Amino acid sequence: MSATAWAWLVLLFPLLGSIAIALGYRALPAKAAGIIGTLSIGLAFACGVAATISLLGDEPHSRHHASSLWDYASVAGLDIKLGIFVDPLSLFMVLVVTGVSTLIHLYSYGYMQSDEGYHRFFSYLNFFVFSMLLLVLAGNFVLLIVGWAFVGFASYALISFWYRRETATKAGMKAFVINVVGDIGLVLAAFLIFREVGAFDYGTVFERAPEVFTTNEWTITAICLLLLVGAFAKSAQLPLHTWLPDAMEGPTPVSSLIHAATMVTAGVYLIARTHVLFELAPTAADVAAFTGLATLLVAGTMALVMTDLKRAIAYSTMSQIGYMIMGVSIGAYSAGMFHLMTHAFFKALLFMAAGSIIAAMANDQNIDRMSGFGKAMRFTSITFVCGALALAAFPSTSGFFSKDEILAFAEARGGMYVIFTVLGYVGALLTAVYAFRLVFRVLPGRPCAEAQELIDTGHVAHEAPKNPATGEPEDTDVGFPGAEHHIAEQNWPMRAAMGVLAVLALVGGLVQVPDVDHVITNFLHPVFEASIFEHIHPSPRAEWIGLGIGGAISLLGIGIAYYFYVARAELPRRLEARLRPLHTLFVNKWYFDELIDFLVVRPALATGRFADRVFERFVVDGLVTGTAETVRGAGGVVRAVQSGFVRSYALLLFAGFAGLALYFLLAS
Amino acid sequence: MSIEWYIVLSALLFSTGAVGILIRRSPLVILLCLELMLNAGNLALVAFSRMVGNEEGQVFAVIVMVVAACEVVVGLGLIVAIFRRRLPLNVDDLRELRG
Repeated sequence: MSATAWAWLVLLFPLLGSIAIALGYRALPAKAAGIIGTLSIGLAFACGVAATISLLGDEPHSRHHASSLWDYASVAGLDIKLGIFVDPLSLFMVLVVTGVSTLIHLYSYGYMQSDEGYHRFFSYLNFFVFSMLLLVLAGNFVLLIVGWAFVGFASYALISFWYRRETATKAGMKAFVINVVGDIGLVLAAFLIFREVGAFDYGTVFERAPEVFTTNEWTITAICLLLLVGAFAKSAQLPLHTWLPDAMEGPTPVSSLIHAATMVTAGVYLIARTHVLFELAPTAADVAAFTGLATLLVAGTMALVMTDLKRAIAYSTMSQIGYMIMGVSIGAYSAGMFHLMTHAFFKALLFMAAGSIIAAMANDQNIDRMSGFGKAMRFTSITFVCGALALAAFPSTSGFFSKDEILAFAEARGGMYVIFTVLGYVGALLTAVYAFRLVFRVLPGRPCAEAQELIDTGHVAHEAPKNPATGEPEDTDVGFPGAEHHIAEQNWPMRAAMGVLAVLALVGGLVQVPDVDHVITNFLHPVFEASIFEHIHPSPRAEWIGLGIGGAISLLGIGIAYYFYVARAELPRRLEARLRPLHTLFVNKWYFDELIDFLVVRPALATGRFADRVFERFVVDGLVTGTAETVRGAGGVVRAVQSGFVRSYALLLFAGFAGLALYFLLAS
Repeated sequence: MSIEWYIVLSALLFSTGAVGILIRRSPLVILLCLELMLNAGNLALVAFSRMVGNEEGQVFAVIVMVVAACEVVVGLGLIVAIFRRRLPLNVDDLRELRG
């Protein structure tokens, strides 16, 4: 079978799974929904592997295939097909998405098993995977936008999964609104592309783009900036990032799958996919790179002070996506995609481990209350440390190789791009510190009450269910988290998923070791071979020096975290008091929510109120009631004539005729 | 005789009918006055027909008679209906259709 046929099957299985679970939720027993959901994604992964094998059988130069099922619209020069585009880049994304999704479905099979909305959860989750695959396989900008909007909806539905929690529904709405801002950017970019190039499908657009646009011309810059609006909103980059921490209101597998491993990296994929356009608009690419850099530093500082376990990891996700955006914007495409893959492994793992710990804490997410889980939950702790090591770029783990490849590329590109290397290492130090801050605050120390209970009795803590954000009491019916909590130690599907990811997080980087092997670069090479940055290769010497610096920084960061949170645990409090303004700034997330509130929400509300008071009341109401009054008044005048006296009607008739006759007499 | 006499007579009849409609209140008389006006019209039509020398005017006159007959049927029917409901036979009192 051809690669495209396999790719269609990749799309088909999650869609079928979603529909089957959604329609059969009454008939299917709970376990069946989880099995169908997991199996359908597993089959999609298998088809993705088959497609890759089939594609690798082709000549490197012809490793791109377009296929279409039918024409959406074919009128007046517009030719939109329901078509997919299969090349190494899209298959790379397919493999990452389906691979990680399979494991997270498996994890959810155990983790969500006492939730009343089990079927709904798997149906949404399969729908999300389908949408994400549609996004990465789309063969034209229209279908890309469809997938883009679908994942936005799936994200909304899953953030608000516990729909009776007000904080969750509000977070879902926030995510949806900010994502729609991005959608608008993407749609406008597609319109501009069509106006200039006259086509929507990738092949034609990328082929003609160098002829149509001159470098840095304003149209191509505008197109790329609009694409960036979409990418930033989806990938939670400054200043459109505020939805991501709030999205942690969703169930932990959702945070792991959508808000860490797959959906939020869509912006990175978009930039890599449209790299032909970005190379024609270096200004826009620089804007993207600097935004990525700013995000990675700002989010790193926020992750340092968050006391909510999941939110801290969410800021770390933002920060890591900052690296990827930076990478693909400066031309380090395969390095950016490589970091995307390793990040998917270790961040999904971190969230899974965090979910297990949170379950043991009876859904409490505050790290101030956690301690001593190292003893209570051995497996979870080991996997958590594996994830944190990879995140902190500990030597030989996956994050170590992928992060440094981006920074080495920036260094090799030279000029002002060295800034990215230097500040990237600063970010790496922050990363190591915040990653191990979490480890050292949660795992060692005297076990907290919940951990002690787990050690003594082997039972997971049970408290009266309440909203972890507000403390409001809840029940465990549908729309709220289920009654039972599940931890990896007592649940084999969770353990299996976390085990596989822990191994991948530790050794996943070995596919791309400088001077040894370049699996990902070679695989993606056909996509980027025409790139103007293809000739830039950091020398192996420079790469190894970079890796040395990265490793040292990682160890330094871990050391700092150890010093602050284990050796002298009272130090953070004192530092906090000394640097009060800085700490306040970080804890309040750099006041981004307030800034957006001040710049966008309040003006919009004020405009709305003004429009209501002035425009609506006077202009609109005036027009409507004015028309009514005019008609009524005119009717009143005419009504007087309708006296009911037949003879007066007759008189009017005669008078009219007489008048007409007189007129014609005078006129003739 | 010249055409003017016919026209003058027709105009006189028409005016008599019109004035009758305007000043009388009995529906029966109003109907009679209507007939008068229609026949004034007929007279003029026949006179013009003779003057021009073809029969079209006379054909029109016949059609007007048919219309007049129909109108009388409806009008008299209405009058009878009003009378049988013991309503006053006075058009000024029958003004329920006032706007």
